[in-house]
Amino acid sequence: MASESGHGPQTTGEYIQHHLQNLQVCKDSSGDWVWNHCTGNPMTINVDSMFWSVLLGLVFVTLFRSAAKKSSAGEVGKFQAAVEIIVDFVDSSVKDTFHGKDKLIAPLALTIFVWVFLMNLMDLIPVDLIPLAAGAVGIPYMKVVPTTDVNVTFGMSISVFVLIIFYTIRSKGVLGFVKEMTLHPIAPPLKGPGLIAAPFIIAFNLILEIVALIAKPVSLSLRLFGNMFAGELIFILIALIGWYQLPLHFAWAVFHVLIVTLQAFIFMMLTIVYLSLASESH
Amino acid sequence: METVIGFTAIAVALLIGLGALGVGIGMGLLGGRFLEGVARQPELAPMLQTKMFIVVALLDAVAMIGVGIALFFAFANPFIGQLQAATGG
Repeated sequence: MASESGHGPQTTGEYIQHHLQNLQVCKDSSGDWVWNHCTGNPMTINVDSMFWSVLLGLVFVTLFRSAAKKSSAGEVGKFQAAVEIIVDFVDSSVKDTFHGKDKLIAPLALTIFVWVFLMNLMDLIPVDLIPLAAGAVGIPYMKVVPTTDVNVTFGMSISVFVLIIFYTIRSKGVLGFVKEMTLHPIAPPLKGPGLIAAPFIIAFNLILEIVALIAKPVSLSLRLFGNMFAGELIFILIALIGWYQLPLHFAWAVFHVLIVTLQAFIFMMLTIVYLSLASESH
Repeated sequence: METVIGFTAIAVALLIGLGALGVGIGMGLLGGRFLEGVARQPELAPMLQTKMFIVVALLDAVAMIGVGIALFFAFANPFIGQLQAATGG
């Protein structure tokens, strides 16, 4: 909406690029920490994504902990009722899908759902609001939606991937894990004349199973990233058109609320499903 | 340079458009089956709706990955960087 002060009016391309840029700090070749001159440097930290994701995680933890501490069985306030609805919803989802007994799954599902929902919800804040406020304090770039940063979504999905492997090995053993990778979907003949074909079938199984295994975290993270990035980009593009943006913003925001909740729910649901598949035998 | 930018624009359009086409057909089929199922057994409607949203998000995933890659090419085209490096930009 507003043009940048200092170097003349921005082009639309510059406005978009400015809003898609993270606040980065990295160690350059001479060993000093520099801000925002980090293209191509793999040792970069996106400070704004880290800050907002940690802040929202703390918000989630303090809110839910205060609801748990002050919970009463008699008179129930609105806040406690809301927290109970969310916990109940996650609990019933886990009970329907996870066929096993494990104490980690439901808290993990609750954390994933509420944290991803809160991070996605930041997308509904007007595009220029926080970056302009940050710019007034001297911070050049600020992206407030952590889930539009592919590093954040990959961080979460790689953690889920590590948990999947851990659960597989814990419930089936390392040998069971290897067997699952090599003997599905085609069972190779392990005795008799067919033995000659067994290595090829095992290699074929291994390729298919490795692709399926890697597809889980990759699709989990890119699904969330793609949805949120496209949503944020459409908000930025609508912000470029002047005063007519207000009804368009409203319409897109109403639709985006559905996407925000759905993507958080899907991340949680797929985590539960993958962990359930990992801890039960075929 | 112009051909690179032109072809990138066409590639972006194909990525987004074909993804949308496939997802549109898939969601249409899914919604139709859901409505048929609810018409046969209305008491299953909440459970079927939950499962339908799960499949909707799974369908969305591949289309969104395409959209994400297409937008990356639209705004941060790596081919232009390569071209400038090759022609001494």
